[in-house]
Amino acid sequence: MNRTGITLNNFFPLRALVLLATLASLAAFAAGCPSGSDSTSTDSSSTSTSGTSDNGSASGSTDSSATDTSATDTASAGSVGQISGAGATFPYPVYSKWADSYQKETGIGLNYQSIGSGGGIKQIQAKTVTFGATDAPLSGEELAESGLVQWPMVMGGIVPVINLEGIEAGQLTLDGSTLADIFMGKVTMWNDPAIAALNEGVSLPETSINVVTRSDGSGTTYNFTYYLAEVSEAWKTGIGVDKAVEWPVGIGAKGNEGVAQNVAGAKNSIGYVEYAYAKQNNMTHCNMINQAGKTVSPDADAFAAAAASADWNSVPGYGVILANQPGDATWPMTAATFILMYKTPEDDASSTEALKFFKWAFEYGSEEALGLDYIPMPASVVESVEAMWSSEIKGEDGQPLV
Amino acid sequence: MSGTMLNVGLDAAQLTEQRSKVLRGFARGDRAFSLTTLIACWTVVIILTGVMVALFRGALPAFQAFGWEFFISQRWSPPKEIFGGLPAIYGTLISSLIAMAIAMPIGLGIAIFLTETCPMALRKPIGIAVELLAGVPSIIYGIWGLFIFAPFLAEHVNPSLVKFFAPIPLLNALFANGSYGTNVLTASLILSIMIIPFISSVSRDVFETVPAVLKEAAYGLGCTTWEVVRKVVIPHTRVGVIGGGMLALGRALGETMAVTFVIGNAHRINPSFLDPGTTISATIANEFTEADPGLYSSTLFALGFILFVITFIVLAAARLMLMRIERRLGN
Repeated sequence: MNRTGITLNNFFPLRALVLLATLASLAAFAAGCPSGSDSTSTDSSSTSTSGTSDNGSASGSTDSSATDTSATDTASAGSVGQISGAGATFPYPVYSKWADSYQKETGIGLNYQSIGSGGGIKQIQAKTVTFGATDAPLSGEELAESGLVQWPMVMGGIVPVINLEGIEAGQLTLDGSTLADIFMGKVTMWNDPAIAALNEGVSLPETSINVVTRSDGSGTTYNFTYYLAEVSEAWKTGIGVDKAVEWPVGIGAKGNEGVAQNVAGAKNSIGYVEYAYAKQNNMTHCNMINQAGKTVSPDADAFAAAAASADWNSVPGYGVILANQPGDATWPMTAATFILMYKTPEDDASSTEALKFFKWAFEYGSEEALGLDYIPMPASVVESVEAMWSSEIKGEDGQPLV
Repeated sequence: MSGTMLNVGLDAAQLTEQRSKVLRGFARGDRAFSLTTLIACWTVVIILTGVMVALFRGALPAFQAFGWEFFISQRWSPPKEIFGGLPAIYGTLISSLIAMAIAMPIGLGIAIFLTETCPMALRKPIGIAVELLAGVPSIIYGIWGLFIFAPFLAEHVNPSLVKFFAPIPLLNALFANGSYGTNVLTASLILSIMIIPFISSVSRDVFETVPAVLKEAAYGLGCTTWEVVRKVVIPHTRVGVIGGGMLALGRALGETMAVTFVIGNAHRINPSFLDPGTTISATIANEFTEADPGLYSSTLFALGFILFVITFIVLAAARLMLMRIERRLGN
């Protein structure tokens, strides 16, 4: 009897093993297949969500209740209560400040995940958020392809920051080509003739330049390299423009705060950060020589001047990069950050709420933006954007949402 | 007589019946139990296979685009879509190796001190303190490394290192420059601090398994503490010590956050340990959020796959080494 028990036990796992092995290999292939079949989108998390929500337009049963209420009464905001967005980290402070004030006024909250511009684009394409936010604008083709509209929401500037003994903020002046040469490793000493020529009367130390860049993909890097490519042919052909590039020299640090910390921690260093970040941390910035040949300091007026002289309608989706704009008072590294939404959103109610929020932000958010060292969009751009909303963004019934 | 016989017969049959019922019950319970454990085991295998397959599928476009070039190229240019994995692979290996070289003697030293020479009253508290170190989240080492340790090294240690090694050929190439606080050596030092607790707590546990009789006999023969450790404790626990070392190496290879903060994140191979570098996990953590779908993302998948394979090879090599040692000891 005992013996049969043993044989049973011995026999059983063998059979089960074979059975489970087959099951397991099946499951493993099942797990591998969906991510592989969709080879264009390699982000597995967004792939899975896009798979389900793409079908959502056909089924739509879960959304129908919300859509119905909005169709009958667009003003009934209570049913939504929350706007969701994701994307660029650069405008996160001002978006969250606006969201806070907006919630106090209307009771409607905004959930903004600052996961980076690339993440924002992925999420709006997967339709998991109502709006996406990006620092690097999408091209007209990309917008048309995915049925998105794009507009600039707020602006800021990028400033070179340095840590050089005896040099105070604004004492050092650089021009575009010298800045490009420094970040390309062509100018390696602080007392290089190219720097000295721009800074007569400033005593420059005979030390090597420590370059600090962003290691993470970033809209800041995109705008910074865009400017360097504008002013330096060698940069354009040798390195190029992107959210992360092949830096020939220097160390990479994560985020604005990482760059700031590395510049502060290493003597004789230079890096680039968002203006708001440099100002709030009292970093030593450089002045720049702009396209008009004038020396300018980074401040709100200089950024606004860049926006004023730009031709916003020259590119589809207002995708103008504000680098190296004309004008005497223009700061050469100004950047706008953009919002992405669908022309015909799946969820009319929450899209309407999002547009109302942006309208409110354009109208009442300027003070708060300036308080955080962001620059509000000029009135002409706001007008044009709002007109675009009513002509482009339509609900299921074909009527404009706002 | 015959009645009783029959009775007995019946009883015996009933008893047999009863007994086999109970035994069947046991067998069923055992079967359920072994099935449960089997499922638990297979869950891991299924997940592991799934991860591996998904990584490989994600990496395939990059491997197809670059081929073997990917393993030897140093270029890393997202705008031009030219990617080479060598700097990240090199950085991963070199930072882990330096970290192991620093952490192994220190970790063993701690373990030997705790088991052999430490006063009894202090053993518990010091042991607990070391184990607490193992529980510190890596991001904390990263922040501490970036804000305090790296500037300190750049200011006080790197210049003297460069000066000290300058006249020595070969070594002066390994310790050159040093103007950046965040570099390969800083990352290795942080890594070594992180893995010391692993080595020391595993080693301490295995050292404690050495029978007291063996040690006492050795001491009785007049051995010094060093001789006891060298000739009795270490040979007796070699397998466990190597196991602890491999566990630590595994952690060092895959460590992400702390390394990202202090390695300098430069896609270049510099001979000097005082120059910035990068590792596979740091590259993925840095660039995944903003990587465009397509070749760029696929490259990061490819790096992930390579890290997977490297870790696998390290563990397999450790197993092989242990098996060889055991076989030799058996002979």
